[in-house]
Amino acid sequence: MTIRTARPDRVQHFRPRMHCLKKLEAMMVEMQSGVKGSEQKLNVTTIPHVITGKDIIAWITNKMKSTTEESQAFGTMLVAYGYIYPLENHKKLVMCNDTSLYRFQTPYFWPTQKWVAEDSDYAIYLAKRNIRKKGMLEPYEQAHYNHLHEWLNHKWDFIVMQATEQYKAGKERKKPDRVVFDCQERAYWIVNKPPRHTHSAMDCGPERLIDPNSDEKITFDTYRRMNLFYQQAIMRSKVKSSVSLGALVKYITTYKNHDPFLAPCLPSNPWHTDNDTYWTMNMRQVEVPTKMRVERWSFSLFELLSDLRGRDDFKIFLKKEFSGENMAFWEAAEELKWGTASSMTSKAETIFKTFLAPGAPRWINIDGRTMGLTVKGLDHPHRYVLEAAQTHVFLLMKKDTFFRYLKSPVYKEIQKKALNPEPHNFSPAQLEQNAQNRSPGIHPIILWQQDESEKAKAAIASAPVDVKAMMSKIDRK
Amino acid sequence: MGEMEELRKEMENLKDQITAARKTFQDTTLQEAASGVTVVGRVQLKTRKTLRGHLAKIYAMHWGTDSTLCVSASQDGKLIVWDSITTNKVNAIPLKSSWVMTCAYAPSGNLVACGGLDNMCSIYNLKGKDGNVKVMRELAAHTGYLSCCRFLSDTEIITSSGDCTCVLWDIETGTEKMVFAGHQGDCMSLGVSPDFKFFISGACDFTAKLWDIREAQCRQTFSGHESDINAIGFFPNGNAVITGSDDATCKLYDLRADQELITYQDSSIMCGVTSLAASKSGRLLLAGHDDFNVNIWDMLKSERVGVLAGHDNRVSCIGVSSDGMACCTGSWDSFLKIWN
Repeated sequence: MTIRTARPDRVQHFRPRMHCLKKLEAMMVEMQSGVKGSEQKLNVTTIPHVITGKDIIAWITNKMKSTTEESQAFGTMLVAYGYIYPLENHKKLVMCNDTSLYRFQTPYFWPTQKWVAEDSDYAIYLAKRNIRKKGMLEPYEQAHYNHLHEWLNHKWDFIVMQATEQYKAGKERKKPDRVVFDCQERAYWIVNKPPRHTHSAMDCGPERLIDPNSDEKITFDTYRRMNLFYQQAIMRSKVKSSVSLGALVKYITTYKNHDPFLAPCLPSNPWHTDNDTYWTMNMRQVEVPTKMRVERWSFSLFELLSDLRGRDDFKIFLKKEFSGENMAFWEAAEELKWGTASSMTSKAETIFKTFLAPGAPRWINIDGRTMGLTVKGLDHPHRYVLEAAQTHVFLLMKKDTFFRYLKSPVYKEIQKKALNPEPHNFSPAQLEQNAQNRSPGIHPIILWQQDESEKAKAAIASAPVDVKAMMSKIDRK
Repeated sequence: MGEMEELRKEMENLKDQITAARKTFQDTTLQEAASGVTVVGRVQLKTRKTLRGHLAKIYAMHWGTDSTLCVSASQDGKLIVWDSITTNKVNAIPLKSSWVMTCAYAPSGNLVACGGLDNMCSIYNLKGKDGNVKVMRELAAHTGYLSCCRFLSDTEIITSSGDCTCVLWDIETGTEKMVFAGHQGDCMSLGVSPDFKFFISGACDFTAKLWDIREAQCRQTFSGHESDINAIGFFPNGNAVITGSDDATCKLYDLRADQELITYQDSSIMCGVTSLAASKSGRLLLAGHDDFNVNIWDMLKSERVGVLAGHDNRVSCIGVSSDGMACCTGSWDSFLKIWN
């Protein structure tokens, strides 16, 4: 195990989740005055302030205006964190909606206290119980005790001394008080050191590295930086909330029918019916796409280009309009952005020769300033050297070509051809058969081969035409 | 000391100006804007599959871009790639350090990454030549635990760490390309925008920051939470950010309006949010909590429309698949459940 973080030794542990527990504390304080307790006999002693599970759950339902199930879950959470503990069956930390008896835990033992349940405290507790009556420890407690005895051996005298002191002090208390305190302590340790194979609610993952309570010393420099940041924030152009909210609403409404959680998908949701038709019909290379997919292409240019089948359709349209160079440049820039570092110089050169050089075979029409910046950047190519030009081309396509595409015969044709499959209507017997005959899907090797052959075709199609070779071929003929 | 006082006064003045400016830009409320939208009604999702196989708490999961593969990381020291529809394990990768806190699947499907208390991000190549999955790179430079990592492509990955920084790495050379420093508390999670130009990070200083990947600068900071931000994600259109915090609320911040638009809270929810995910249209927000449940919120009406109860321990991670068809929850009870 390699934990490499050098954690500074701070007595206060930076446990996450303390914020929620403070809210629970406020509720516990209210509950203590709200729920009526009574005296109950347990074995021989009478224990005061005992409450029933039913009363607690009723109070919670009333206070939080929720259903009984939710209140019960909430009550179980309170027991799991140790705010309330059960008197009978003390190892099972659940809240039952019946006459089972519970008591409020004293605030001294609440989980939000500054000190964490330390191993030495646990050792003292176990030693004390051992002193009182040998052999009273449960097997898991005995295992803990042996382990602690081994590695806290250097402190063992101190632990035994503390345990004896506490035991003596306990004997001097009155019996009911002693029983109550024992119950409280026992409940506290059940929560913090649970028996094996039980979930502990006190589990909260690794501690934070930064002290959330420390006051940061704000230096001169920090003030200056913060002021600069705030000034920039003020100057930033903001949008009215009506615009933002409107955009959110618009986006959500547009995609409403395309959200599988809200609308059924055709022909059927593979998760429900174990039938893969939906996925086969929506694959990358499919000849005829589905109507929903074609509809999604019309939502935005980003959506159209992200779906590779949509991109293909867009390219068909562009070919007819003889304006494919923008799209080709955009694709080449994407490849440069995400490609390997070693290929960057060669890709940059090809792009320059094909798209940007004066008189290039697929020269793109961008404004002079962007062209100048890009060409200069290409001397020392890096991943984002074409960013400005790519954004410019994207905006050009978005404002002009995209809308023409949506009105074009190419798009209208694919809309007509698109499939609208019938919804499946499987009987329960058929559903079972589907589950058994589930196909393993298309082998990834085949998909990869398809991808490669497509890339090869695209490479040949976009390679600049070698005029000399063409001419010599014609000559030879 | 007089200068410090002046600077402090100036800072308070600027903050007041920002608050005033934000108020003037708030010309409508969520209720008005969403008044025309129909109510969603109760959303009932059922468990379709349970992925069994981990032996200890599951800390993280991430869907691949294909519809059914996902990867999960658990503190039993294993990274498992599942084919969720058949519940088969495609790969079970043993890890050098079992204290893993995060995992990620590359968009191409070739790589997975994980990291945790060993302060390193380990990248594994799934499509190795001889079929074995091997460590491709170990990215070590953080001085704190790795809380989250996300791939930009097969060559770049962003990680967030407990040492309050996020780092953009070049996987081929295994070096840091850019360090994004600015948070005052442990960075707990990060999310990448759909166009891969920005990313957001949520931290224990109660703020979320938007970073420009190209320029390594913090563009905007969003505050308003009262406790550590545990989970963060982009709204599907890339213009808004959703955060989930230990104070048991989720907030929606808009990037262009530079402020918080909506808070999702309920007095009966007291347990902190551990993870969140948005459905494909953005209408539903699924938030996993410490009280073993997942709450489903209607994002426009700001109401709870469903609960996913089925785990026996804290829900530590949640994700919606890329085609939006299913949501996967991973929990400390060592099971992953697929809901639909």
